[in-house]
Amino acid sequence: MVRAKKATSKKTGTKSVNPDLMIRVCVGTGGLAAGSQEVMDEFGRQLKAQGIKATIAKKCVNKTGCRGFCAKDVLVDVILNGSSETYQLLIPDNVSRIVSEHIIGGEPVKEWLVGPEYHAFHNKQTKILLKQCGHIDPEDIEAYIDIGGYDGARKALSSKPEKVIDTVKNSGLRGRGGAGFPTGLKWEFCSKAEGSPKYIICNADEGDPGAFMDRSVIEGNPHSVIEGMIIGGYAIGANHGYVYIRAEYPLAVHRLKIAIREAKKKGYLGKNIFKSKFDFDIRIKEGAGAFICGEETALIASIEGKRGMPRSKPPFPAYKGLWGKPTVINNVETLATLPSIIAKGAKWFASTGTEKSKGTKVFALTGNIKNSGLIEVPMGISLREIVYDIGGGCEKKRELKAVQTGGPSGGCIPVSHIDMPVDYESLMSIGSMMGSGGMVVMDDATCMVDMSKFFLSFTQNESCGKCVPCRIGTKRMLEILTRITEGRGQKKDIDLLLELGRDIKLSSLCGLGMSAPNPVLSTIRFFKDEYEAHIIDGICPAGVCKALRQYTVSVELCKMCGKCFRACPSEAIQWEKKLPAFLDKDKCIKCGACYDACPFDAIL
Amino acid sequence: MEKECQKILDKYHKNKGNVISLLQEMQESFGYIREDTVNWFSKELNIPASNFYGVVTFYAQFYLKPRGKNIVTACCGTACHVKGSDNIIRKVRENLKLPEGENTSKDGKFTIESVACVGACSIAPVFIANKKVYGKMTSDKAARMIEEVGNG
Repeated sequence: MVRAKKATSKKTGTKSVNPDLMIRVCVGTGGLAAGSQEVMDEFGRQLKAQGIKATIAKKCVNKTGCRGFCAKDVLVDVILNGSSETYQLLIPDNVSRIVSEHIIGGEPVKEWLVGPEYHAFHNKQTKILLKQCGHIDPEDIEAYIDIGGYDGARKALSSKPEKVIDTVKNSGLRGRGGAGFPTGLKWEFCSKAEGSPKYIICNADEGDPGAFMDRSVIEGNPHSVIEGMIIGGYAIGANHGYVYIRAEYPLAVHRLKIAIREAKKKGYLGKNIFKSKFDFDIRIKEGAGAFICGEETALIASIEGKRGMPRSKPPFPAYKGLWGKPTVINNVETLATLPSIIAKGAKWFASTGTEKSKGTKVFALTGNIKNSGLIEVPMGISLREIVYDIGGGCEKKRELKAVQTGGPSGGCIPVSHIDMPVDYESLMSIGSMMGSGGMVVMDDATCMVDMSKFFLSFTQNESCGKCVPCRIGTKRMLEILTRITEGRGQKKDIDLLLELGRDIKLSSLCGLGMSAPNPVLSTIRFFKDEYEAHIIDGICPAGVCKALRQYTVSVELCKMCGKCFRACPSEAIQWEKKLPAFLDKDKCIKCGACYDACPFDAIL
Repeated sequence: MEKECQKILDKYHKNKGNVISLLQEMQESFGYIREDTVNWFSKELNIPASNFYGVVTFYAQFYLKPRGKNIVTACCGTACHVKGSDNIIRKVRENLKLPEGENTSKDGKFTIESVACVGACSIAPVFIANKKVYGKMTSDKAARMIEEVGNG
């Protein structure tokens, strides 16, 4: 409760000062969309009217359990005299009752408190990186310092750079951007490389659809990223750092700018940081919207102001990177993990995880799942634990079909492999990959052919066009998938996809092309029957592919409400009051409007 | 026009910027990338105009056509896709009577864009209208959003 006291002692003079009251409101992108700003303002107004002084902190963005919690409405912590209560589903109208009953009366409003689901969501997680996210004000450097922030950087600067690299190597930390290259090794290459100046770049160009770990970390705890960059810069001997961040993340950019400004004021960035002989500064480069810029060499080209096209490696950026100088590029999550590793030691970090994958990993758990949100779990946890214990299973009592990891570079893991441990090697062995941490849960209403078409149209769209296999190969694959989903598939198509996929993987220039066929190959491997159903039988088992769908009205389920009749644009539905609807297949244009409109799932 | 361009140029020299940051400034000032401004900078800096266009057409952020008064961005990420964003986008386009291939409404009031992922997957499907995020969208909510944005 140090924070509350500090803030109030500065602003004395109100009628009744309550030093032990703090209210934390979630103001991440998700929280703001749910109206958290209005709730926060209302708390401010009500407390002022009552003459109570409180610290209304901005609870950061860590959208833990957003679905069902933050997302439904606003999540608020009320900390009174050292005991904390969390409310869910708040709207501004709820505030006056909480103020009068809980804050003044001392009795929490029970029916609005979070339920057991909220605690179950958190219990299975191991939080290193997200520990502070959601608990400290991301726009206040003092809040970060109070919980031991910048101790890691201070400790690193007081020892030799080689020792810092050794610690990181011994910790077993591997790059969290996807490929899993050992971080310490990368640093060692760069520190030994000839050339000066050297650069360290934070890769915050999080482009995978379905992933938002990096955004949440920067929005929730920007100083941990800055501290990680200071440690890395010192270890490799770089005096300049860049953060390459997506322009689609305005809130993250805003908070990072504040954090850099505050760190400069404190003397943590600039000349002779922490009163040492080491100089270090950080600049922000906003990306201009290109997925390929997450690839190291493309990212470098983009910072230099060119088209973001990758080049062939070697030489690796550690030897020839930005402006031709030795450069280390680390992912946001990797950098944000470093302060704790340095502060607590390599052994402590290596005690979590599996033999080859150490520590924890943050995943964005999304899709058809009850408790979607941001989670941090130890490496080696099983998929089952993630989906059922933390995620609470599928929505609407549907059956789990597959889990997709690695975004457009990864693959689908079928439900039969759900007890598999989550680490770099296991995921790779099954044709998927860790990726940056998107984890999309799919239920039985998802069509796997449609899914692989979705990912391929993404990579096809984002292919930079430099090398032929990726530019033309993915286009041909997409054409084949499109014709399968439209009911024009041919028998040889599956073999053709496999052949094309193998060739593109072997001959593409960069990681984007080399992994682009993965979603297709992995779904063919595990869901070949679905492809065959589309091609041979002309049906889409999940009922997603519109051209293959046959709509009918179930007479048993129809409640005769007439909603489908009103929704149908082609007069294919006949309906009269007190009679079930009838669908004329000849007139049906398969638009799906009746299916969407039916509240009783009576359109099949 | 020249006055504003000169301002951008001064800033560019001061910050040691590059083509991308220059274009970002140009778009910020003029709303889109205008041909006359590109030619002006091309002459001033002795950089071929084709270099500018190469960068403009590479990145999704740059526009060569003026955009509508209100910008509505639809998220097409995996989570939004799984949750049926396609149908909602189709409905929104129908509402605004946008023909295939056209993203700005005839009266210049709305531009509909899509983005690969805005990273707000836990409240999918997501739309952004004039920088305000709308989560858990349905066709009805999207129609209300368009009305709200159009009136506001």
